[in-house]
Amino acid sequence: MSKRRSDWQNRPQERFVRWMREGYLALDEAIEDSVIQPGEAPPEVDPELAAQHQEAALQHRHDRDLALDRLAQYDLYAWTLTKGRRLIGRLHVLLSLLLGGMIIFFLLGTVAHMPRFGAADVPANNEVITRYIEQGLAETGATNMVAGMILDYRAFDTLGESTVLFIAACAVLILLRIDLDDKGQPTQQLIAEESDDRHYEPKNDRILQGTAILLTPILLLFGLYVILNGHLSPGGGFSGGAIVSSGLILYLNAFGFKKAGRFFSYKTFQLVSFGALGFYGVAKAYSFYCGANGLESHIPLGTPGAILSGGLIMPLNIAVGLVVACTMYIFYALFRKGGL
Amino acid sequence: MNFVNLALLGMLVVCALAVSFTKNLLTSLIVYMAYSLIMAVIWMLLESPDLAITEAAVGAGITSVLFFVTLKKIHALQGDRDHEQAQK
Amino acid sequence: MLQALYENIEQTVAVILFGIGFVILLLQRNLIRKIIGLNIMSTATYLFLASMGYIHGRKAPIVVDGVTQAIHYINPVPTGLVLTGIVVSVSFTGMMLALTVRLYRRYRTLDIDQIALMARQEEVE
Repeated sequence: MSKRRSDWQNRPQERFVRWMREGYLALDEAIEDSVIQPGEAPPEVDPELAAQHQEAALQHRHDRDLALDRLAQYDLYAWTLTKGRRLIGRLHVLLSLLLGGMIIFFLLGTVAHMPRFGAADVPANNEVITRYIEQGLAETGATNMVAGMILDYRAFDTLGESTVLFIAACAVLILLRIDLDDKGQPTQQLIAEESDDRHYEPKNDRILQGTAILLTPILLLFGLYVILNGHLSPGGGFSGGAIVSSGLILYLNAFGFKKAGRFFSYKTFQLVSFGALGFYGVAKAYSFYCGANGLESHIPLGTPGAILSGGLIMPLNIAVGLVVACTMYIFYALFRKGGL
Repeated sequence: MNFVNLALLGMLVVCALAVSFTKNLLTSLIVYMAYSLIMAVIWMLLESPDLAITEAAVGAGITSVLFFVTLKKIHALQGDRDHEQAQK
Repeated sequence: MLQALYENIEQTVAVILFGIGFVILLLQRNLIRKIIGLNIMSTATYLFLASMGYIHGRKAPIVVDGVTQAIHYINPVPTGLVLTGIVVSVSFTGMMLALTVRLYRRYRTLDIDQIALMARQEEVE
């Protein structure tokens, strides 16, 4: 409709796409360069060469500072780095406080116009809430209305959240994992990182091990109780999974990676995480299919108050609890050692 | 009840301010754990026991443990071999 | 207006905490404190959201004695939303801490200004 530009390569869209593509490739190459290849010994350092390099670096920095001082007279950016550093620092602090103050002030102005806290006739209490409370027990079979809501009425959100947890575990795996090399021997990097970690800790701490012997069964049992009773009392998959992972982390801390690896290896983590998420997806697909076609799902709702009630809520709670427990445990193990 | 509510909310603000004004990283982490615990008690006063259990297990438990392990990895705890302390 | 702010004291404190967390995120130079500031911001948001569900004189949303009229229970929907939020918050905290460990291994410092300076120098060379 409007006139066409003759230089279409310089259109903003094209420039943006080019910038994105080149930036991405540069980042890829930088990540590749920084990964240490397995099997390489760290290079030997020659002291004379190191001293020469040190001197050259100092000289380079000196030259650069002189150049910056000379530029500071007429280049604003160079001035902010050398002479104006204190002023720019103070300006930054002042502007940040001003921005924070303005945010608080405007939001407080909003809060003053909000409905009164604890009032019963707010627009948030509409007919959806009435439906959830009054027919929640009959339709979902769960006594805990919140669990019934997040695992039956709004179970898709919980699937999304479990997926976010799984993705975070994958991302931390990519960032922190240190592999064994081809022959199963620990690489140089693994030896360096791990010996750094346990260097000052006694290998068999009597107090820690005694406490772990007492507390780990209690923690695991309590976590399992919270997961299984998610539809009857406060709790559910997330908190139960966090408690179970606390018990496993305590055991790992007290007894080391070899003993913990006997019952929880990397393959276990893969199977349990993927299986639990897959089961959740399949179960919810079944519910969607029945609901969309008007069929009746033949999963019994049971008597409210019994532990085998609530239809699909208890299996879904178990799936979510397993995913959360595995994710928290693998976070801890990756931070400590770089692997399981 | 109102006095307890006010006192807990005041402690929340004090903890949030104390995180930025301490010099040692370990101290600010422990203050963050206390902040998480006070938040769990406030959830209980707002009649949401699910949130209280989850915040206590996740905030004062898992997140703080991850922070401590990170501090260990970056050699910011006292008494480490090479004092590459993280600066303010 | 001050009277209205005092009546909604939870929401006022949530907004103040949000501002404090935001200023911590901007002003502190250490990466670990920035992550703590981000966590403070997110828990302040959850406090704001969940305080909308409270109604005076009603109980927690767990059915006791078969009573299912809506007039006896608080609003359960904000609780469900915040539950998801807490778990997402721990996910992104874990990921940011992993990034911090990698940054430390590469640059041996945690000061964000020095890291930016070193990165820019390496880019030039």
